Amino acid sequence: MMLTEIEEKMLVGEEGPAVQKAMEILVALGKIYNAKKMIPVTSVQVAGVSYKTMGDAGLEFIEDFASKKAKVKVPTYINPAGMDKLRWKEVGVPEWFARKQIRLMNAYESMGMKPTYSCTPYHIGIRPKVGEHIAWSESNAVSFANSVLGARTNREGGPSAFSAALVGKTPCYGLHLDENRISNVLIKVNADVSTRFKYGVLGALVGKMVKGKIPAFVGVTNANDITMKYLGAAMAASGSVPLYYVKSATPEWKLSDDHEVIEIDDQMINDKIKEMNTGDAPEIITMGCPHASLEEIQEVAGMIKSKKINKEVWVFTARQIFDEAKEKGYVKIIEENGGKVLADTCMVVSPLYEMGYRCVGVNSGKAAKYLPSFNKQKIKYNSMNQLFEGDGD
Amino acid sequence: MIVKGRSIVKGIVSGKVLITKDPISFLGGVDPSTGEVIDPDNEAKGQNVAGKILVFPRGKGSTVGSYVMLQLKKNNVAPLGIINVEAETIVAVGAIISEIPFVDNLEQDPFKLLKNDQLITVNGNDGTIEY
Repeated sequence: MMLTEIEEKMLVGEEGPAVQKAMEILVALGKIYNAKKMIPVTSVQVAGVSYKTMGDAGLEFIEDFASKKAKVKVPTYINPAGMDKLRWKEVGVPEWFARKQIRLMNAYESMGMKPTYSCTPYHIGIRPKVGEHIAWSESNAVSFANSVLGARTNREGGPSAFSAALVGKTPCYGLHLDENRISNVLIKVNADVSTRFKYGVLGALVGKMVKGKIPAFVGVTNANDITMKYLGAAMAASGSVPLYYVKSATPEWKLSDDHEVIEIDDQMINDKIKEMNTGDAPEIITMGCPHASLEEIQEVAGMIKSKKINKEVWVFTARQIFDEAKEKGYVKIIEENGGKVLADTCMVVSPLYEMGYRCVGVNSGKAAKYLPSFNKQKIKYNSMNQLFEGDGD
Repeated sequence: MIVKGRSIVKGIVSGKVLITKDPISFLGGVDPSTGEVIDPDNEAKGQNVAGKILVFPRGKGSTVGSYVMLQLKKNNVAPLGIINVEAETIVAVGAIISEIPFVDNLEQDPFKLLKNDQLITVNGNDGTIEY
């Protein structure tokens, strides 16, 4: 990899030990993936924030860097942590966990990273433009940025995104290059896919079929920010898909002339729904995987008020959206009717299992994939509306 | 004899080989406090990576594995050097932050060339090994 004079200086430590280490990591990755040069990024989204997944090893690493006075060079947004920073006590997070989690959050923030604690930066105005190079980590955020926004990012690991933040650059390989953004698998949807729920099911189904390839969809209707959020999140979770296209909806559409064709019908969708439903009577309904938008919180407020269901409802979102939802009165409605709206964290990294919930109602293909493996939970997977109707109880 | 490869992390170390044909997940596969291989699916299960030149095909599993390598280092039970068939992100990052000399892509098959307890030198500066 060719380095500029400035990059060489970083590598030999002229900007201090933290930048040097970060540069060493990026140069090694550039070498492994045959990058020819580094490219500037306009933003970074860094994962590895929940103490539940990072453990003491990760905490020490991040604190080490923070103690070296490391500072970010580009706007850097933090992924969800293992708890709501303000309300952890109220929801029963143990104190020993909270103490370590707060240390980790403080270490990130001390380096100038923004306390978004969200996997949906795109819901809070962080929307890089078509062709912009970025270094994002969380798999649904990566998918959304590449596909719905047309920006360019590889799926960064925690340390590589962290390094990109301190250097302001990333090695140029993978999805930063035109030639690696071409789909060679056309997905013809001959089924009724127009709701968020069905988009999630389609994502879970196709992700597993294409495994890391770039699918290009035709035949879905009502493609928008929120339906595509569920599609991309489920595909990333089930098949590590970092980029997809939807005809007439995504800003880019690059399909190779030489492509395979996969047809999806209603039967396949219905079989997938059956397969993903492992439980019948959820004790709790969770919403916000990926993090809920303001519009989705408004809908939950409407449903919880009119349906009066007799079970817990937890909604997860970014702090900024929580504040907006509070301002508009949605949080009050949800919480007066027995629900909770939590910020900074998400259902996958929060201690739902430890709190005794064995069967969880979800409207997300991503949650339906991860909760059983991370948290050993059974899943009732349906649309939010149907979950509120008590479908399956 | 010197065998050429590719340097991933700099530094020169000499030690005894611990070799396994199975990929390693440091998270869940190696005990961070003792350095013992605890992955039941790894042929090196029960052996200890501490102070060894660890030879394996590649890393696998969670990216938290990089941080586990740093924990091994802090507990003085990290491998002394690493040789991989093909480096990937998790072990590369782990070796950089733990300052463990690391070489991959040897011109000859390390599984034919090396055996357990053989004394070798990993030269991460030149990207070579010597035995």
